[in-house]
Amino acid sequence: MALSLAGARVRAAALTLPLVAFIGVTFLAPLGLMLARSVHEPLVADSLPDTLAVLENWDGVSLPGEDVFQALARELLTLHKQRSLGGVATRVNRLESGMRSAIVRTARQLRNADPGSWREAMIAAAPIWNEPKAWRALQRSGERYTLRHFLHALDLERDSEGNVVAQPPDQRIYLSLLGRTLMVSVVITVICLILGYPVAYLIANSPPSRSNLLLLLVLVPFWTSLLVRTTSWIVLLQNQGVINDLLVAVGLTTEESRIPMIYNMTGTLVAMTQILLPFMVLPLYAVMRTIAPSQMRAAAALGASFGQAFVRVYWPQTLPGIAAGSLLVFILSIGYYITPALVGGRTGQLISNLIAYHMQQSLNWGLAAALGAILLVCVALLFFLFNRLVGVERMRFT
Amino acid sequence: MTSRTASFGLGDRLARWLHLAFCAAVFVFLIAPMLVVVPLSFNAEPYFTFSEGMLALDADAYSLRWYRNIVEDEEWRLALANSLFIGLAAAAIATALGVLAALGLASPAMPGRALVTGLLISPMITPIIISAAGMFFFYSYLGLSQTHLSLVLAHAALGTPFVVITVTATLAGFDRNLVRAAESLGAGPFVVFRRVQLPLIAPGVIAGALFAFAASFDEVVTVLFLGGLEQRTIPRQMWAGIREQISPEILAVATFLVAFVLVLMGVVEWLRGRHGHQGEPAR
Repeated sequence: MALSLAGARVRAAALTLPLVAFIGVTFLAPLGLMLARSVHEPLVADSLPDTLAVLENWDGVSLPGEDVFQALARELLTLHKQRSLGGVATRVNRLESGMRSAIVRTARQLRNADPGSWREAMIAAAPIWNEPKAWRALQRSGERYTLRHFLHALDLERDSEGNVVAQPPDQRIYLSLLGRTLMVSVVITVICLILGYPVAYLIANSPPSRSNLLLLLVLVPFWTSLLVRTTSWIVLLQNQGVINDLLVAVGLTTEESRIPMIYNMTGTLVAMTQILLPFMVLPLYAVMRTIAPSQMRAAAALGASFGQAFVRVYWPQTLPGIAAGSLLVFILSIGYYITPALVGGRTGQLISNLIAYHMQQSLNWGLAAALGAILLVCVALLFFLFNRLVGVERMRFT
Repeated sequence: MTSRTASFGLGDRLARWLHLAFCAAVFVFLIAPMLVVVPLSFNAEPYFTFSEGMLALDADAYSLRWYRNIVEDEEWRLALANSLFIGLAAAAIATALGVLAALGLASPAMPGRALVTGLLISPMITPIIISAAGMFFFYSYLGLSQTHLSLVLAHAALGTPFVVITVTATLAGFDRNLVRAAESLGAGPFVVFRRVQLPLIAPGVIAGALFAFAASFDEVVTVLFLGGLEQRTIPRQMWAGIREQISPEILAVATFLVAFVLVLMGVVEWLRGRHGHQGEPAR
C-alpha cells in the first residue's frame, strides 16, 4: 500500500514535470535573467579592467597618479577603436552627468597623440578629469555587483562618502510614480467593486436563462481583444470623438471647449475600469451563485427589511468574492501597461510604462530591472494573499 | 425574478428599479464601446466619428473601403498569417503540457501541490512588461530574437495557466472511481487516459486550448519586444496603427476581432451545453 502510494506520488509529479521544466526554461529563466540585471552590471568592469585595478590604490580624495591616467587613456583608445565606447560612457554618465561627453571627447582627442603626460593631455581634453568626482563615478560604475539601481528606483543615491541619501528633489520621480500607480489601482478597484457588485447580484439572482444571457454581456468584453477595447475608447473619448461630438450637438459644451478625456489620467482610468470590470464581476458572481435565495426569503419572513437582510445575511457571505475580485483587479492594475501606453498620454502613465521606457528608450536596463523587481515583489505578495484567501483553482474564465 | 428573490416593501421595490437602472448603465458601459466601433468601420470618410450622412442613414456615407484596404494589404495579410501560426502552435504546446500537468495536479497523491500550482500560474500573474523584458534578454542571448520560434515559446508559456486552471477545474468534478474501475479491468495508464479521462474532460481541454489561443491572438507586448517586421501580428499592427497612423482600417479589424470573439464564445457555450453542466469548471 505504501509502495503504491509512493508510485502514485511519483506518477503525479512526473505528469507535471514537462510543464514545470517548460515554464522553468521559457519563463522563470528569462525572469531570473532580467532580475539579475538589477544588481549585476559587468560592462564597465569588463571594459576597463586595468584602470579599475590601478584605481584600487587611489585615496579617493586627491587626483590619481599618472599610472591611472595612462591605464584609462589606453583602454579608452582601445574601446574607441572597437567602437564600443558608447555603452561604457553612457553607464559612467548615469553616475555623474557630463562624463559621457568627457569620455568620448577624450578618446577622440587622444587618438593620434602620444603625449608626454597623459594626465595633462586628458585634462586638456576634458577638465572634469581634474575632479575626484569623475574618478569616483568611474570607480563605482566599475562595481560588478551593485545596489545602486535599487537605490535609484527608490529615489535614493550614494553621496561622495558612500552614505545613502535622497536624490535631489527634481530627480525624485520613481516613488511618486509608484505611489501614483498604487493610488490608481486602488481607485480602479473601488470603482470596479461599486459597479460590479450590483451587476453580479443581478446575474446571480436572475432565472437561469436570463442569468446566462447577462453573464455573456460580461464575458464577451472580457474575451474581446484589449486593443479593440482600447481603440473603442479612443473613438469615444478623443477630442473629435463620439462623446465630444454628442456634447457639442446637444449644447453641453462648445466647439472650442471640447473636453479632453483621453491621452491623460482620465483616459487611463476610464479604459482600465471598463477592461478590468469583468475580473470583479466574475468572482463576485461565483460566490453569490452559491448563496441560496431562500436565506433572503427567510430573513424577510422574520420581519427584516431588505436593507437589514442584505447587511446581516447577504453581504457577509459575499466577502470572499469581494476579496477575490478586488485582489485580482488590484494585481492586474498595478502591472498594467498597454492601455496607459495608448490612452494615458503624459499624465496617465504607470510604473510599467516607465519600465518599458527604460527598456526601450533610455536603455538603462539595470534600472528597468530594479523597478521590475519592486513591482514583482508587490504582485507576488498580493498573489500570495489571493492564493491564501481564495485559491487559484477558483479562478474562471467562462 | 420575483420568484427567486424575497419580497419586501414598497421602498424596496423602488430600490429594485434603481438597481436595475444602475445595472443597465453598467452593461452599457461594458458593451457600448465595442458596438460603436462596428458602424464606424463602414464610414466612407477617414474619420473616427459619425458623419452627418451616416446619422441620416445615407447609403453613400457608408462604404466597405476600409475592409477592402485591409484585405488587399500585404502587411495585414502577413499579420493574420503570423497571428494564426503563432497562436495555433502556442496553443498546441500549452494544451499538451497543460493537460498533462493538470492530470498530475488533480491526483490526490501530488506532492507540493500548492507550490507547483503557484509556479505554473505565475506567467498569468506576472506583469507582462516584466515577462517580456526577461524574454527579450533570454532570446537575444540565445540568438533567437526576431524569430517565430521565440514568439511561439513565449506565447505557449503565457497560455499554459489558462489550460491548467480550466482542465484542473474540470477534473475536480471527476470521479476517480472511474479510473480505478478501468484499471481493475486491466487498462494501462494510457488507455485509461485515452478512453476514460479524456472524453470526460474534453470540454475543459477544448476551452483551455481556445483560451490559450485567444491569449496569444491578443498578445502584443512580447511581440513588441521579441518580434521584428517579419513577425508582426494583428495586435502588433493595431498597436502601430493606434500609435502612429490612426485610420478607420483599425476599426474594420476591430470589428473582425469582435466577431471572432462572438464565434469563440458561441463554441464554448455550445460545448458546455452539449456536455451538460457536469464537466463545467467551478465558478
